[in-house]
Amino acid sequence: MSGFRVLEPGVLSLFQDAGRLGHHALGLTTGGPMDGAAFYWANRLAGNPEGATALEVAQGGLRLECIGDTSVAVAGAAMPLKINDQTKALWRSHRMTAGDVLELGHATAGLRTYVAAADGFEAPVYFGSTAVVRREGLGKPLHAGQELVCGASTDTDWALPMDQIPRCEATVTLRVVEGYQAAEFSAESRGLFYRSAFQVSPRSDRMGYRLEGNAVAAPAGERFSEGIAYGAVQVPPDGQPIVLLNDRQTIGGYPKLGTVLSLDCWKLVQCVPGAKVCFEVISLEAAQAAVEEFTATREATALKRST
Amino acid sequence: MPDDSMRIEVAGENALIVYLGDALSPVVADRVRWLDQQLRERLVDQLIDTVPSYASVLVIYRPDRIRMEALQEHIEEFGRATSEPMTKEEGRLVTLPVWYGTESGPDLAALAESNGLSLDEVVRRHHLRQYRVYAIGFAPGFAYLGEVDEAIARPRLATPRQHVPTGSVGIADRQTAVYPAESPGGWNLIGRCPVRMFDPLAAAPMPVGVGDRIQFEPISRSEHLELGGAP
Repeated sequence: MSGFRVLEPGVLSLFQDAGRLGHHALGLTTGGPMDGAAFYWANRLAGNPEGATALEVAQGGLRLECIGDTSVAVAGAAMPLKINDQTKALWRSHRMTAGDVLELGHATAGLRTYVAAADGFEAPVYFGSTAVVRREGLGKPLHAGQELVCGASTDTDWALPMDQIPRCEATVTLRVVEGYQAAEFSAESRGLFYRSAFQVSPRSDRMGYRLEGNAVAAPAGERFSEGIAYGAVQVPPDGQPIVLLNDRQTIGGYPKLGTVLSLDCWKLVQCVPGAKVCFEVISLEAAQAAVEEFTATREATALKRST
Repeated sequence: MPDDSMRIEVAGENALIVYLGDALSPVVADRVRWLDQQLRERLVDQLIDTVPSYASVLVIYRPDRIRMEALQEHIEEFGRATSEPMTKEEGRLVTLPVWYGTESGPDLAALAESNGLSLDEVVRRHHLRQYRVYAIGFAPGFAYLGEVDEAIARPRLATPRQHVPTGSVGIADRQTAVYPAESPGGWNLIGRCPVRMFDPLAAAPMPVGVGDRIQFEPISRSEHLELGGAP
């Protein structure tokens, strides 16, 4: 059997696949990888189909012992990777032999790193997905002693060309498709929102990123709870925006200015508390074109054979 | 009859939100349910998911399969086609047994007192009318039902409980709900329901959906236990 034994689970390590889609009517959120780009590359470098189950390692601290030969690929936040105490590179695949110990130290930049193994990890499926959502009791975080089952090693090792590796930016600009109640916000408060720099709050998690800064006056009045899209920017009465992410509640009643472009959400989730965040408007057409181009470019990217 | 009250807004790079009214009413709930069904049945390959709620439907689509403008036209067409038959398309009627009382409902006495009613009268008024499922959210399987008789309406507790037992039946303002699982919560608890509101492993994980009607039926403690309710 190919796989690993968990020696140390890390701060928070979760199985994630492409997410739980189509069950919002039951109140189920999507889950799925917070950084969709790093997750994509980890799987592709491991030779897996898109959306195969990988480990999302938040902050780091993971140690795995290989108990059956396999390959892994690691991509995402800068966490020092060691195999048998030898420093190894992220954004490429590595062959693992029984007895090898893989160690992901604490992130020096960014927050979340993905470990993909050959053929993906086997994990319990709920509503068609292995995505772990703790709030809903669907799946559990990794624990010490747990055995992880995956496929046998692949023949070739692959690496992502250097110029394709996403960078962590000091200040992240989030492009917003305006919508929902945008028109109900006053011109002044919208102006303030787009002019201001916000700081990522330590109270950010997989449900949403809370931002701190100038208070953005939200339109008054009660409204019925309504469906919340991925990336929606909600402004509660205290004027501190919250960008709602993978484990967001499915419905909510706070006014929303619009929705952050998915590609930019993936940058936001690598931001540590205190990081600076700004917003700018993008039209729906430009947003859809940006996603299309991003997808086409990464699909056209040729991996480097590394051995 | 064309429908003027429908309003469509952008809700993201791949989402639209359709507003179908601005009041809590069975008519609006019917329209939400109808539109949601039409979308789910007729645009299966173009949509990722929908979120029906009180007075709106969030529509998450695949921009590589359908243009926003085309989706908007479909929604408008469904809206036009639905104004009449909708009232015939009422949701299912689901009966949910409830063990009412001060033992199963730790806030029943306080609610009765604050609202100037007897315990029995609170219970009677709670199960006398049928409710609509207006929305599902907060937690998997948590169905917001409305509206309760004004005489038994009560605001949420000032301090929410850390642990509300599974099956607890609560009132918050003019809404009522059955807690599908143990969770924190601030609703006024008046009883407990033995029917499992959310079973992730069942073929039909929830006994109700948005737009369905609910009738509560009082049962005794022993009936509650017989039906598998938690003591």
